[in-house]
Amino acid sequence: MSLLTLTLAQASKALHTGEISATALTTAYIKAIEELNPRLNAFITPTPELALAQAKAADARLQAGTATALTGIPIAMKDLFCTEGVRTTAASKILSPFVPPYESTVSAKLKAAGAVTLGKANLDEFAMGSSNITSAYGPVENPWKRAGSDAKLVPGGSSGGSAAAVAARLALAATGTDTGGSIRQPAAFTGISGIKPTYGRCSRYGIVAFASSLDQAGPMARTVEDNAMLLNVMAGFDEKDSTSANVAVPDFTRALTQGVAGKRIGIPKEYRLEGTNPEILALWDQGIAWLREAGADVVEISLPHTKYGLAVYYIVAPAEASSNLARYDGVRFGARVDGHDLIDMYERTRAAGFGPEVKRRIMIGTYVLSHGYYDAYYLKAQKVRALILRDFQQAFEQVDAILTPTAPSAAFGLGEKMDDPVTMYLNDVFTVPASLAGVPAMSVPAGLSSEGLPLGLQIIGKHFDEETVFAVSAAIETAAGFSALPELRAK
Amino acid sequence: MSLDAATVRRIARLARIRVDDAEVETLQSELNAILGYVEQLAEVNVEGVTPLSGGAQMALRSREDQLSDGGIADKILANAPDRVGHFFAVPKVVE
Repeated sequence: MSLLTLTLAQASKALHTGEISATALTTAYIKAIEELNPRLNAFITPTPELALAQAKAADARLQAGTATALTGIPIAMKDLFCTEGVRTTAASKILSPFVPPYESTVSAKLKAAGAVTLGKANLDEFAMGSSNITSAYGPVENPWKRAGSDAKLVPGGSSGGSAAAVAARLALAATGTDTGGSIRQPAAFTGISGIKPTYGRCSRYGIVAFASSLDQAGPMARTVEDNAMLLNVMAGFDEKDSTSANVAVPDFTRALTQGVAGKRIGIPKEYRLEGTNPEILALWDQGIAWLREAGADVVEISLPHTKYGLAVYYIVAPAEASSNLARYDGVRFGARVDGHDLIDMYERTRAAGFGPEVKRRIMIGTYVLSHGYYDAYYLKAQKVRALILRDFQQAFEQVDAILTPTAPSAAFGLGEKMDDPVTMYLNDVFTVPASLAGVPAMSVPAGLSSEGLPLGLQIIGKHFDEETVFAVSAAIETAAGFSALPELRAK
Repeated sequence: MSLDAATVRRIARLARIRVDDAEVETLQSELNAILGYVEQLAEVNVEGVTPLSGGAQMALRSREDQLSDGGIADKILANAPDRVGHFFAVPKVVE
């Protein structure tokens, strides 16, 4: 059996029994990256020498009996996490020369646990996008193909490189970040699982900021169990992040066997949008049936402000982005373009350094925060955001978790949905509300479209109740028995 | 509400992003498409609703006001596009 077919849990066990070594496992993944990354472009910066050095150290720890469950596990690190001494670009030209002098908290925790980093994974520029096409380092190709077609498909975004790497077996697992669906939508598009934890669960320290009230780090992996093992390490209070939650981190793997018997699962009627692909609705119905069969009590609920989620998101996220990205001025770090005076230098630096989508969002954000428009746009959006949170709070008085589709379609073609920015934004219609409310949500692969592409279901939980999210996700995973594999994968 | 070309230029100026004339036209139609979409929020009744600014349902913590780090000027300056000694260097601001 190839080393590349092991799940994280299986690999961890095999490493601990000495059946395989971290060096052998890492070497297999480095070869896979050499073979397929030139085509998929899942990594911006592969770091094979570093990975081998880390694997050697992991083998020593395994020998010495000081290993953790993640020691020797080769992962991809989204290139939004600052990594000390390793270039961190956020997929933007403006950060192309940036080598962080410090390490993000989440990547430091994974490092300390002994995980091996294979490289920095591609993403949409500054995590702004749903298809990975806004990367200044080129798009990522989805390893999946429509049946009978060789057309290139997008892996989703913004964590598109992370998702493609895990699906095509260029990494055993990956880190992602999710602001409006950036873990869940690419997970769904590539047939893997990924969880956006509760806002505040994982430290944002050292993650290149996009929209600070929404950004949250989380794992992406091949199974629900693998995600739980990763989140065990990634989560936890950090005094370096002012919005980090000082809440105990349970062992999430214990939740996997809880089952759903007696659990109340809500089905929000407002997610049954007019014009939604009938295949997506059929998969959702299938998911409902699976949970019923497993003993869950399924009830219809109402989240009345769902339809306003995207509009709120596309005011709040650009507003925060315009403020966060003000730091890229060519003075202290990043690329600079000289000008005849300071203002001219700022303007030329930012014009050359940012791509079109980032510029659009900075400008929308600047506008909605500007004098005379703040109340009409930004304040109004914050009030509707409060109503969206209230919708979830009221729903969670009746139910333990909520089941919805993850995305309104399967992966689409490179170059499709490019007519105008709003068409692209509609991808996030099912994922954005949970982000605005700050509640945890996971995508699990649940079936294939008629074209042979993976489709995901989303499980949303209460604040800091990732355990129920994992329990319900595990039940869906078991019932779905999803075992299809992408056409492009390392073997 | 629809943005005219002058407003697009003004926003670009506020955002410190240089745009040329060809870009203004594209940005104008793209930004108007986005603003047109978010226009639907006007129909939501938000009377008496307290705006939600953060993602966390908690108060911000305070800490002791004391130094916890420092003495790393070289590390901080390592990524500077231009520097003079322990200073970031920029084009002349005062004539």
